[in-house]
Amino acid sequence: MSKTRTREQGDGEVAALDQLAREDAGSRAQFLKMVGGAGAAGALAIFVAACGGDDEEETPSGGGSSDTGGGSDSGGGASKGDIAIVNYALTLEHLESAFYQQVLESGEVKDPKIGEIAKSISEDEMEHVSALTATVKQLGGKPAPAPKTAFEDVIAGGPQMILETAASVENLGAAAYLGQAGNIKNKEILAAALSIHTVEARHAAVLNQVVGKTIVPDGAFAKPATMEEVLKTVKPFIKA
Amino acid sequence: MQKTMTQPELAAIEVKGMTREAFIMRGAIAAGGVYGLSTVGPFVGQAMAQGGGGDVDILNFALTLEFLEGAFYTMAVKDVKDLSGDVKELATTLRDNELEHVDALTATIKDLGGKPVKAPGVDFGDAFSSQDTFLELAQTFEDLGVGAYNGAGPLIESVEVLAAAGSIVQVEGRHAGVIRLLRGERISPSAFDKGLEMQEVLDAAKPFIKA
Repeated sequence: MSKTRTREQGDGEVAALDQLAREDAGSRAQFLKMVGGAGAAGALAIFVAACGGDDEEETPSGGGSSDTGGGSDSGGGASKGDIAIVNYALTLEHLESAFYQQVLESGEVKDPKIGEIAKSISEDEMEHVSALTATVKQLGGKPAPAPKTAFEDVIAGGPQMILETAASVENLGAAAYLGQAGNIKNKEILAAALSIHTVEARHAAVLNQVVGKTIVPDGAFAKPATMEEVLKTVKPFIKA
Repeated sequence: MQKTMTQPELAAIEVKGMTREAFIMRGAIAAGGVYGLSTVGPFVGQAMAQGGGGDVDILNFALTLEFLEGAFYTMAVKDVKDLSGDVKELATTLRDNELEHVDALTATIKDLGGKPVKAPGVDFGDAFSSQDTFLELAQTFEDLGVGAYNGAGPLIESVEVLAAAGSIVQVEGRHAGVIRLLRGERISPSAFDKGLEMQEVLDAAKPFIKA
């Protein structure tokens, strides 16, 4: 009989994650109602509540790892915490993907070289969305929906504003992945996250270069961002 | 499909120099489907290195690459004639970053009670004959560094060491993106920077390292 400490036992924050991950009709209906009513902002609120500012709370490592020899989550499939992290990443990728699509459709970026860069970044983000969506499904979770976005003011602001916002978002995305690396239990998911993290870093540095900012804003050692910080920063870009 | 460790006390048992967990992970990745994560399989690539080595070995592996890159950019800044303003600035930043990485990795290895490798002798052939040849090799090194860290990441045991490695690899990714930009290349070769196996990385670096 498995000695795995299930996360349902007494973990207040897990209830929120369960809503996202469970497939049973009751919870799913509740989740859909919440998402439909409050929009993705409501879903993000769940992430914030679930994962908080203290990243340690979302890992089962406390009592769990000593009972299970540290192997049960990383070796035995993904934990609900991992599903939530992938869904968090997916939400950010949805935002980025939507942003670039809108930018490209707007025709606001006239410089052909920069247009090419935006196109290649857009392609990457779409692949990230596909892969992370598929990953959540394979893990038995429900993929975070594409939020309704609010980039109209940015796009109306013209190319410089667009590129500066893009740079901001990419740098934030890279920091977001870095912030979660230590929380991911399953090694394959960690590998996937790392493989996306550095691509966001490429995007960030290139956009920084394009808008005249330093390619390494944190110097030789990039800084992580917490889930709370990231979600707070992107909130203005999501329609409630 | 889920698989749980029903006898967790076996987790720590060594199998051929690897922990049982690592052994199972390798088998699982090879089998390609135990965790029902075949979608992420491509991301893992060849991430599992031959034999275990612990965090100190991984850090020394990274340190070797950082020594290589540090030396490369130090020499480039001095030896490449007619570097354009942008490229010279970039090369200087990269040199400074890599030298900081060398210092940090050296200190971390010592903190862990390990012995840091020494700076290897290097030979970059005619890479400094022009800005173009320099940037070409720079791209190779940075993409290689990204793959090396991404491959090693899942093998790292300590969450602090993983955080440090993540912090460094993000900067390598930044370097890689901008070099490609300056070369007119696609800034990311793929949407996913797959991890490389340690041996593959060492083989790629070998031509530039003098015994």
